[in-house]
Amino acid sequence: MAVTTKVIRRPDPGTTSYLRSALKGMALTLRHMLNPKTVTQQYPEEQTDLSPRWRGTHRMEVHDDGRPKCVACGLCPTVCPANCIRLVGGEDDQGNRYPIVFEIDEFRCIFCGMCQEVCPVEAIHVGLDYENAEYTRKRFVYDLDRLMQQDHPTALLWDPADPDSE
Amino acid sequence: MLEIQPITGFPLLASSSLKIAIMFGVLMLAVAYATLAERKISAFIQDRVGPNRVGPLGLLQPIADGLKNLVKEEAVPGSASKFYFMLGPMMAMVPALMTFAVIPFAAPLPTPWGVVDMIIADVPIGILYILALSSLGVYGIVIGGWASNNKYAFLGALRASAQMVSYEVALGLSLLVVLMLAGNVTLTEIVWQQQQSNLWFVLPLSLGFILFMISAFAETNRLPFDMPEAESELITGFHTEYSAMKFSMFFIAEYSHMLTASALMATLFFGGWDLPGSWDDAFWYQGELIRGFDASGAPIAASPAVWKTLLTFAGFAVKTAFFLVLYIWVRWTVPRFRYDQVMQLGWKVMLPTALAYVMVVAGTILVLDQVGVSGFAFGMTLTGVSALCTVAFVFVLDRGRIIQGAAAGRRAASSKGASAPRQEVLAHD
Repeated sequence: MAVTTKVIRRPDPGTTSYLRSALKGMALTLRHMLNPKTVTQQYPEEQTDLSPRWRGTHRMEVHDDGRPKCVACGLCPTVCPANCIRLVGGEDDQGNRYPIVFEIDEFRCIFCGMCQEVCPVEAIHVGLDYENAEYTRKRFVYDLDRLMQQDHPTALLWDPADPDSE
Repeated sequence: MLEIQPITGFPLLASSSLKIAIMFGVLMLAVAYATLAERKISAFIQDRVGPNRVGPLGLLQPIADGLKNLVKEEAVPGSASKFYFMLGPMMAMVPALMTFAVIPFAAPLPTPWGVVDMIIADVPIGILYILALSSLGVYGIVIGGWASNNKYAFLGALRASAQMVSYEVALGLSLLVVLMLAGNVTLTEIVWQQQQSNLWFVLPLSLGFILFMISAFAETNRLPFDMPEAESELITGFHTEYSAMKFSMFFIAEYSHMLTASALMATLFFGGWDLPGSWDDAFWYQGELIRGFDASGAPIAASPAVWKTLLTFAGFAVKTAFFLVLYIWVRWTVPRFRYDQVMQLGWKVMLPTALAYVMVVAGTILVLDQVGVSGFAFGMTLTGVSALCTVAFVFVLDRGRIIQGAAAGRRAASSKGASAPRQEVLAHD
């Protein structure tokens, strides 16, 4: 790549004034001091507006009768680049597959959202959530019950036909 | 009508003890709230909100800070010199608080036992006491920084000592003009002289005030002179190794130094507790409390009153608070000087200017005395002379000379003959 030079003109040190520029700066800070406008977001009272495509912690969709929608097909643990999903599938009397164990280690998860993208029955989702603090590390492995209890909105998938999600 | 007599005997002892206790409390409270003011004003300047969680508008924040620092663990570095490590914060804090003892803070208060002077100790050496104690404060910084056995703390302490020595000279010289005009070193007398001449010394000694203010900024280690701390260069300088209450004591010392310097600026140059008009003037003249002299030179008795004391104290507090806010305002506006710039400003600008100004003021006073000018005309002439000096200082010296630093001579030599402005080339790839 070609080298470009940028010439910065410096004022002649023999003609610049420290006091004048310092006073100018003080006038500027005074204007800001007296201006009641602030840019602080009062966090616990004011929540951030999240993008509809924000990818936070997961949630599992449930049927009306309370069963998880997951059919234990095994696609999400396969596609997961961080290998954070543990799935043990089972089959009931009617031959319906269901997850016996479904655990997501949220510490390993990189929140790429591929599990949501790959899910054939729209069961696992990443969601619009960021308040995830816990007292122990163990609590960050979300089991099936925890995933089903999560109730935040789910993330919108990126649509190639509508790249800006409008 | 109460008898106007100075308080004596046991009531004097009791009133002095009470004054010490009250002023110590007021001072500590003012220091605590100065930290809150610092955080709030910095927040406003940066379009933030500042502390607002503890109490209404965050007003209980200093108490929360104090409690937190009291219950925190005191960490003493294993390789530190323990005794001096403990001694450092104490030596920083005690002189900072003691300085306030000689500053008069209100008009005399009449009580049933006699008139109480609103000053803790009206010692005859006034300003000399302040100079002695305020430069003692640097020992706390130096001992603390050295005892920490930490290179950053050591560098901070080293810078503190060099800076103190440099600016002490200009500070003393700018005080000299006040002493020449007042003819005395006690602060009560200086306030009285300002009341008598109906002119606060900031006008006849404007350049002296500017020099004193700059030196006071340097003496209190506040930005743009916070070399000993210099977060971005020395972590936090001399108190890098300090934690909990000892760290807090360094902070209290810094803020009480600020408070004292603000009170001094108010007292020496803005009339102290004096309010416009002569209704509040009061001074002990040959055992009598007087308000002034009439045309024949006979003293007029002053009539002290509680409301006058309260009002003048409010005036003093407002003046001090103004300078305190100025300190904070400057800190959050101006960036830190380089170390060589601090030294250059101290020795090559402040010292010669102060020396020359002392000569000019002394000469003017001498000439005016010889000619026989006195009273208001005396003050006005001196005001004019000082204004000329200030204009000369700002417009002649402030042409790149104030912050040129150590490289100035070399730069001037290398760019001699080249008329084009200095250019710097930045390469981008």
